[in-house]
Amino acid sequence: MKFSLTWLKDHLETEASVADLAAAMNRIGLEVEGIEDPAERLSGFTVAKVLSAEKHPDADKLQVLSVDTGAGEPLQVVCGAPNARAGMLGVLGQPGAVVPSNGMELRKSAIRGVESNGMMCSVRELELGDEHDGIIELPDDAPVGHSFADYHGSSPVFDVAITPNRPDCMGVYGIARDLAAAGMGTLKPIAFPAFEASDGCPVEIRSDDSDGCPAFYGRVITGVTNGPSPDWLQQRLQSAGQRPISLLVDLTNYLMLAFGRPAHAYDLAKLTGPVVARRAKNGEQVLALNEKTYTLDDAMTVIADDKGVHDIAGIMGGENSGCSDDTTDVLLEIAYFNPDRIGATGRKLGLASDARTRFERGVDPEFLDDGLDLLTGLIVELAGGAASDVVRAGSPPGVAKTITFDPALTAKLGGVAVDEAEQQRILESLGFSVDMTGAAWTVTVPLRRHDVEGPADLVEEVVRIYGIDDVASVALPRAEGVAAPTASHEQKQERRVRRAAAGRGLNEAVTWSFLPVPDAEHFAAEGQELWVLDNPISEDMKAMRPSMIPGLLAAAKRNVDRGAASLRLFEIGRRYFRNADGSSNEKPTLGVVLAGERSARGWASGKAEAFDAFDAKAEAMALLAEAGAPAEKLQVMGEAGPQFHPGQSATLRLGPKNVLARFGALHPKTLATFDIEVPVVAVEIFLDAIPGKKGAPSFARTAYAPPALQSVMRDFAFLVPGNLPAGDLQRMIKGADKANIVDARIFDVFSGQGVPEGKKSVAIEVTLQPSEKSYKDEDLKAISDKVVAAAAKLGAELRG
Amino acid sequence: MTELNTRKEQTLSAIESAADADALEALRVEALGKQGWISQLLKTLGKMTPEERQEKAPAIQQARSEVADAIALRKQAMDDAELDRKLATETLDLSLPAPISAKGSVHPVSQVMDELAEIFADLGFAVKTGPEVEDDWHNFTALNMDENHPARAMHDTFYFPDRDAEDRAMLLRTHTSPVQIRTMVKEGAPVRIIAPGRVYRSDSDATHTPMFHQVEGLVIDKDIHLGHLKWTLETFLKAFFERDDIVLRLRPSYFPFTEPSVEVDVGFEVVKGRRVLGGSGDAPGHAWMELLGSGMVNRRVIEFAGLDPDEWQGFAFGVGVDRLAMLKYGMDDLRAFFDGDIRWLQHYGFSPYDQPTLSAGVGAGA
Repeated sequence: MKFSLTWLKDHLETEASVADLAAAMNRIGLEVEGIEDPAERLSGFTVAKVLSAEKHPDADKLQVLSVDTGAGEPLQVVCGAPNARAGMLGVLGQPGAVVPSNGMELRKSAIRGVESNGMMCSVRELELGDEHDGIIELPDDAPVGHSFADYHGSSPVFDVAITPNRPDCMGVYGIARDLAAAGMGTLKPIAFPAFEASDGCPVEIRSDDSDGCPAFYGRVITGVTNGPSPDWLQQRLQSAGQRPISLLVDLTNYLMLAFGRPAHAYDLAKLTGPVVARRAKNGEQVLALNEKTYTLDDAMTVIADDKGVHDIAGIMGGENSGCSDDTTDVLLEIAYFNPDRIGATGRKLGLASDARTRFERGVDPEFLDDGLDLLTGLIVELAGGAASDVVRAGSPPGVAKTITFDPALTAKLGGVAVDEAEQQRILESLGFSVDMTGAAWTVTVPLRRHDVEGPADLVEEVVRIYGIDDVASVALPRAEGVAAPTASHEQKQERRVRRAAAGRGLNEAVTWSFLPVPDAEHFAAEGQELWVLDNPISEDMKAMRPSMIPGLLAAAKRNVDRGAASLRLFEIGRRYFRNADGSSNEKPTLGVVLAGERSARGWASGKAEAFDAFDAKAEAMALLAEAGAPAEKLQVMGEAGPQFHPGQSATLRLGPKNVLARFGALHPKTLATFDIEVPVVAVEIFLDAIPGKKGAPSFARTAYAPPALQSVMRDFAFLVPGNLPAGDLQRMIKGADKANIVDARIFDVFSGQGVPEGKKSVAIEVTLQPSEKSYKDEDLKAISDKVVAAAAKLGAELRG
Repeated sequence: MTELNTRKEQTLSAIESAADADALEALRVEALGKQGWISQLLKTLGKMTPEERQEKAPAIQQARSEVADAIALRKQAMDDAELDRKLATETLDLSLPAPISAKGSVHPVSQVMDELAEIFADLGFAVKTGPEVEDDWHNFTALNMDENHPARAMHDTFYFPDRDAEDRAMLLRTHTSPVQIRTMVKEGAPVRIIAPGRVYRSDSDATHTPMFHQVEGLVIDKDIHLGHLKWTLETFLKAFFERDDIVLRLRPSYFPFTEPSVEVDVGFEVVKGRRVLGGSGDAPGHAWMELLGSGMVNRRVIEFAGLDPDEWQGFAFGVGVDRLAMLKYGMDDLRAFFDGDIRWLQHYGFSPYDQPTLSAGVGAGA
């Protein structure tokens, strides 16, 4: 909220500077977000008197003025305002002054050949209002030569952020109270203008909703004259960023801004019958002051008369019963509304207002009568009229909380020793009463401090006024010795695989967790129910990703559109699924997307080469191994998913069910969906599917035992069915004689000339490792027979 | 004998001037071949008397070895010349580029999270995580923000239409604080953790993205107070920015889940258009910037987490990971973090070998 220094000084007797006050507010938890000094903007503008006004010799609409600046010879000023005339007082900007509205620096100049030594200013030029019909006219007693800023009463304006727990500081008076407690001055008593109240009140006031509106106080003032507010009131409202409207409206706003106390003034002429706080009827409508119509329901409290709703209670008044210039009789409303209900109503209607902000957080239950008297007194003083008695329906909460408080808690929780007398002084200056007769203190909380619930809150009060920045640092107790490792298996795995991926030339991206729904659906597992946001920020960020690939693919597309030819992207993040009980099941996953060229055209290699499915397989295998998967046990199987090219993709599994990864070329339809025109291969590694190592970590490797005898190589070439996966043959052969065969490596695959239709030739180099003694011919023959027999199980025949 | 010498000299001279391997071989055959003249002379030795042999043999042997050595030498020279000629034809233009291996990178968010883990591990903090799709009890209620709490509305929460088995509204967590609750509920006290991760707010402008990263810190023990909080934050920031002149300013503030609540500012100055942390914000040319929210954990939160607030107390803090990365490494646009632009990733990303360690300082030099 914003308020001027002058306003603050209405309530705080202080000699402190603006900077010191701002520092103090920051220190005690009232965060100063800005300070603006209008006087700086008005420097160089002074009160001046027009001595004479002559017609400009060369321009019909200009006059040549002689202006008394209050010092030295009168200045000649050319002026185009129709109201400029001899004898008037106005505001003169002399050379060097900067016009607030346009930032122009004034200079001595010649206008149509006549020298001009400054400018007589309009309201708009000084940004004091919208009028621009002529120059400012000041009263005859304005001091000629005086600074206009000073004369105008401009004062530095603080912009202070009030945290939601402090509705008591949502008025200048509350801020003054806090500053006084912090030693920045003395809180002044509130000045109540005196008025006479007659007996009785002509309007019946009731609350039929004691839950939503426990207290509804009212009073009628008849015979008021509404009109513009006096300068002091206008200036204060303007410093708060509010536009003055009329006395009756401005005074209710003033009560809210100065004392945090929202009130409402109804035009009595527009009311019929008793004025009642009640629940709205379902579907009931009201045209609010913001000129929008709201449809209400029976959970909302309203103020209504016989004809209908006049006020969304505690949030916004109605357009039809508000005060206007013609208003002569008013009904004032000061009420206490249930904060929770105000909040619920405001949220449901999507309606924010200054009143709601205060009621929702809790206004001072002890300031109903005072608030009403203050408002009444100000209206009677400034607008005249006769006040009725107060009518009180219900009563606000009146039981003060008491807290048993051990002042030693300040040191225990706050880490700072504040002596007891100072703790007592701080609490009392904030309006708490402290009873020190028992062993522990009994502290009574002022009703306006809805935020104070227990001893910790009192510690906060003491520490923030004492100075939280003065708390001394104290080292956390530290375990003896070198810090113990803290990372979990999953954390270590993630870190390792991330750096392995980067080490393999992949660039880590972080993409949004949410996707456009069609992109998410394209990658959803069969039957997967996506998490779809109710209130997305845009349609592009709506469904939680079921896969890492679409986000990376969209990033790849953006890069391709920017001209990138080759992309190696990866991301480690979560895929979002559901548990049966409706809770979230988030699966840590590594995604890789390789798009465009694996290698650019080059002097050695010739043409550029595109990524293919084997590049994806290479990343999958290498990163799975780094993630701790047993690479030698992985099986290449199908069913990578419909997002992939059906013939160029696969899964890597540990056993038939446990899918650790999928990889391959993406389906052309996927690429079309993402509007991407370069080849793309992708990998997804399901990190949570990789079995972890069991037991405590051990560091010693198995013993090193290189074989004593040299290994022996034998080559085999088989004719196999064309659709037999070569990897199956390799695995089969590798397992044909585990005592002797240590490796089997495919070194040639061929079909075409010399190979029968429907078959292919697969050549495999088998490594044999003798253990005790060298192989004899018959040993080798026996092993070879086993290899051939094993291969035969897959329909493979040895080529002659 | 003179005849032998003369012939030897002739042969040696011919070897010296032999044009190629064939000529040299012809000379070898002529002198040392089966019918070669030196071989013939050697054969005559067998028919000689011992005296005669003693007189003539040395000269003949000498001639044989001189010629053989000369041939070997000449052959070596020829081979060397041949190799030089061959190598000369194999010259490569090594100004041409070598095969390029792709250069990978680690995202700054990951790098900074690793740095945080390293620093806090030394202070005895473990790293904990929790779900991003949360329920409103963990995200709000247990953090002392009941349904009507005004602070709930200030969180710009993304909601799902779904409810969990306990009829709790499902949402995207707005902060990492629910991990506090989950950790206390699951592991009890004492607690020393940080919880880094993705968080979400329905907010998007030049400095806000609907998804960003936070790290939460939580210490629950006996006799933990504000002084420990201040020390922890100072110690962490000094280690993270590797500067001893980090100065904090604590301001009272409000968060529903802490009491007292403290906003933490850090002093900085602007150097070459960038904010550089260090020094008091009140020093000439310096100012304060808001960096962290923190406070002593509210007793209600401790109760919600199933612990006895009369026995256990502690502090919590939260700070933006992306923000820390920007302040340390100089990025100026948060939105670029999540765009995946390869140029940005390679410019601001880190080498995989920049694994943060305490002994080297956790930061990676520019």
